[in-house]
Amino acid sequence: MTGWLVVAAVGAATVALKASGPLLLGGRRLPAPVLAVVGLLAPALLAGLIATNTFATGQALVVDARVPGVAAAGVVAWFRAPLIVVVLVAAVVTAAARAAGMA
Amino acid sequence: MSDGADPHGTIRKGAIRALPFALAVALFGIVFGALVTSTGPMDPVPALLMSATTFAGSAQFAAVSILSAGGQPVTAIVAAVLLNLRYAPIGVTVAPHLSGAWWRRLLTAQLIVDESWAIAADGRGRFHVPVLVGAGLVLWASWVAGTLAGLGTGEALGNPARLGLDAAFPALFLALLLPQLRTRRGLAAALLGGVVALVLVPFTPAGVPIVAASAAAFIGLVGRGRP
Repeated sequence: MTGWLVVAAVGAATVALKASGPLLLGGRRLPAPVLAVVGLLAPALLAGLIATNTFATGQALVVDARVPGVAAAGVVAWFRAPLIVVVLVAAVVTAAARAAGMA
Repeated sequence: MSDGADPHGTIRKGAIRALPFALAVALFGIVFGALVTSTGPMDPVPALLMSATTFAGSAQFAAVSILSAGGQPVTAIVAAVLLNLRYAPIGVTVAPHLSGAWWRRLLTAQLIVDESWAIAADGRGRFHVPVLVGAGLVLWASWVAGTLAGLGTGEALGNPARLGLDAAFPALFLALLLPQLRTRRGLAAALLGGVVALVLVPFTPAGVPIVAASAAAFIGLVGRGRP
């Protein structure tokens, strides 16, 4: 029962959150100041995702094996390596750092 | 929105670009399914339905871990919704590129996950909806299939962290962010967003820092010569 309640509530909320922008705004053109903000949402959100996915474990800020992996991935991405290479470098360096004893 | 004359070609392009992440997503799906079976906070059918409808790993892991630790359903719901709040601003960035009947926009919007959205944004302010659709479908299928496989095995197949897969997602986001740092405003928004997120991590529930980072986009209003 509990499971169903959580699944229904979270599912409905997520569907609504994802659809709210596209349903309310549609293909309408936005005023220039709004566009100026919306255009910067991507870099701001991506940076937030990178920061939390790299340094956060729950509510703790940590420097663990993800950091060298993401840093190495950043270097190869800077030199325009394909996405698959970037991701593989991140995973391999992180796994190696963990195997070497880093958390 | 230069979708070109061949939307199927760009749908395929999105699907292909998503393949490396589909592998990681499927492995995390297996872990999610195995976690549900081994800790038992919900039955397999609702768990599979959750992967099909919520389609967001972090929110699902949060909800299941809270339930299996004996937390209240309402706590699990609030945590998962907070983690998914970012889809409101993310949806706003996609909205200008979606047109057509409301149900089409609603369905297309469900294919938005962090990875498909990031793959479909080309970093020069354009957004390719067919790429989003191709990437979203591949990622959805691998998430649901992974969950099903995990529910079937019933025990953890090992921690994906051992393979370094937890670093794959920030690495993807970083690769997709780099081209957006060429403008001074993009760089400023990213730096501010990252700092805001990190500062908030210890003080707010998971999910809130990412939503708060989106506020950094308001520096787009600075220096526009308007009050």
